[in-house]
Amino acid sequence: MPILAPIGRIFLAFLAVVGRVTIFAVKTLVHCVTPRFYFRLIFKQMCEIGYYSLPVVAMTTLFAGMVLALQSYSGFSRFSAESAVATVVVISMTRELGPVLAGLMVAGRVGAAIAAEIGTMRVTEQIDALVTLSTNPFKYLVVPRVLAGLITLPILVFIGDIIGVMGGYIVGVNKLSFNSGSYIQNTFQYLETLDVVSGLVKAAVFGFIITLMGCYQGYHSRGGAQGVGQATTNAVVSSSILILIANYVVTELFFVR
Amino acid sequence: MSDSPKISLTDLHKGFGTKKVLQGVNLDVAAGESVAIIGGSGTGKSVTLKCILGLLTPDSGSIKIDGVEMVGADRKTNEAMQAKSGMLFQGAALFDSLSVWENVAFGLIEGQGMPRKEAHDIAIKRLSDVGLGPEIAPLSPASLSGGMQKRVGLARAIATRPEILFFDEPTTGIDPIMGDVINDLIVKCTRELGACALTITHDMASARKIADRIAFLYKGTIIWDGPVADVETSDNPYLQQFISGNTEGPLDLDLKHL
Ligand SMILES: Nc1ncnc2c1ncn2[C@@H]1O[C@H](COP(=O)(O)OP(=O)(O)OP(=O)(O)O)[C@@H](O)[C@H]1O
Ligand SMILES: [Mg+2]
Repeated sequence: MPILAPIGRIFLAFLAVVGRVTIFAVKTLVHCVTPRFYFRLIFKQMCEIGYYSLPVVAMTTLFAGMVLALQSYSGFSRFSAESAVATVVVISMTRELGPVLAGLMVAGRVGAAIAAEIGTMRVTEQIDALVTLSTNPFKYLVVPRVLAGLITLPILVFIGDIIGVMGGYIVGVNKLSFNSGSYIQNTFQYLETLDVVSGLVKAAVFGFIITLMGCYQGYHSRGGAQGVGQATTNAVVSSSILILIANYVVTELFFVR
Repeated sequence: MSDSPKISLTDLHKGFGTKKVLQGVNLDVAAGESVAIIGGSGTGKSVTLKCILGLLTPDSGSIKIDGVEMVGADRKTNEAMQAKSGMLFQGAALFDSLSVWENVAFGLIEGQGMPRKEAHDIAIKRLSDVGLGPEIAPLSPASLSGGMQKRVGLARAIATRPEILFFDEPTTGIDPIMGDVINDLIVKCTRELGACALTITHDMASARKIADRIAFLYKGTIIWDGPVADVETSDNPYLQQFISGNTEGPLDLDLKHL
């Protein structure tokens, strides 16, 4: 069967990649919990990944919250359920839009940068140089980035949630003439801790995926500048897809029983 | 020759997929000796060096450093070996996220846990060993010329006072005069440390200057090995063709694959 052979080959290649990524992830986790730790580098990466992503995340979540208020208002007015707008905004923001939008934005910004930086270090033999200078590249390069992603993404998403809800409030009060006090009251009335917590857990998972894929693609890049470019693209594409898959899985774990 | 060789390669094989690169490399380097491996592009010189440094795992064969087997050795053994060796990479491989002095001091700070202040002073000394002033210490490596980067790379390689030095094509990509400066520095540093040195190069002038002995790598094996003085008078037709740079001769140039 000449059609089945290439399909089988692609499938086998796919399984091989999944295996390699899994081994890379396990190796990273082991190095995360065994000394030595480069605290300075973890802090530096937290600034790089978290602090400098704030403007992007703030802009996206602000406008997402604003448009969400508009859309749900115009939709809900068809069956006179306008009063649910505040609740819809806060629940969709904390559960879904905050983590997913922030995850995808950070994947584009940080995942690409990590893959490019580590990929350049690979093709210019800087990673080999680290090894000859008695430094483990996993501990020195991969672990600080992955830990920083794991820690800062939930913080970013928490801030993004607040800004998104504020966006909804701005539109709700100024454009849709809600009463300021009752909008705020509606926002918190039906909000549960689990809504926020599930979103933050998602954020941590996404932070792990983004930084891990960036490091993996960079670490295994070869073939000069072109190879680094390829690694950058692969990092963004693979982490974006994995984010959407993980988003479904985590949602099911939290809310379906 | 002294009792046991510092580096000893026996029947080393390494291939990538179906492509056999090393097919039985045998080479001994004695303590305090400087050996140059010469050979054409793509003959596996860098692969040999990477196997010795533990960056690649050979398919078969043995690599002994100070009599200790390195193939399949555990992490401790590998780290102990790396701690007593220094390497100058083909493209210098300086870390561009760090300043020049942090590069030179890297092995001291991260490898040995030396305080930054003390490491900084040593780095300045090593920089002056390779003829660079303290004013370049805070600069970024990207702002240096290729020749200067090579010298910073050399300062970094010697910073931890290693017993074994590796040089990957120290003179390629820089002008002949700077190449000569690098050659002199390599000879000086190796002597001062009393280290043994393994250089890979295709620059014959550089090999003659740096090395006591020359090994010629061709088609995955060392086909000629002897003191520098014997290179001219050797009757090996392959070696003669390589040093004269003639395209006519017994070497299978295989230009399609280079
Ligand atoms: N990681 C790798 N994967 C696949 N093939 C490799 C790898 N590293 C080296 N090779 C192949 O091994 C051969 C020898 O490469 P090597 O870099 O050792 O050559 P070299 O003798 O150092 O040449 P040059 O003088 O050009 O640096 C080349 O044909 C190269 O394609
Ligand atoms: Mg090479």
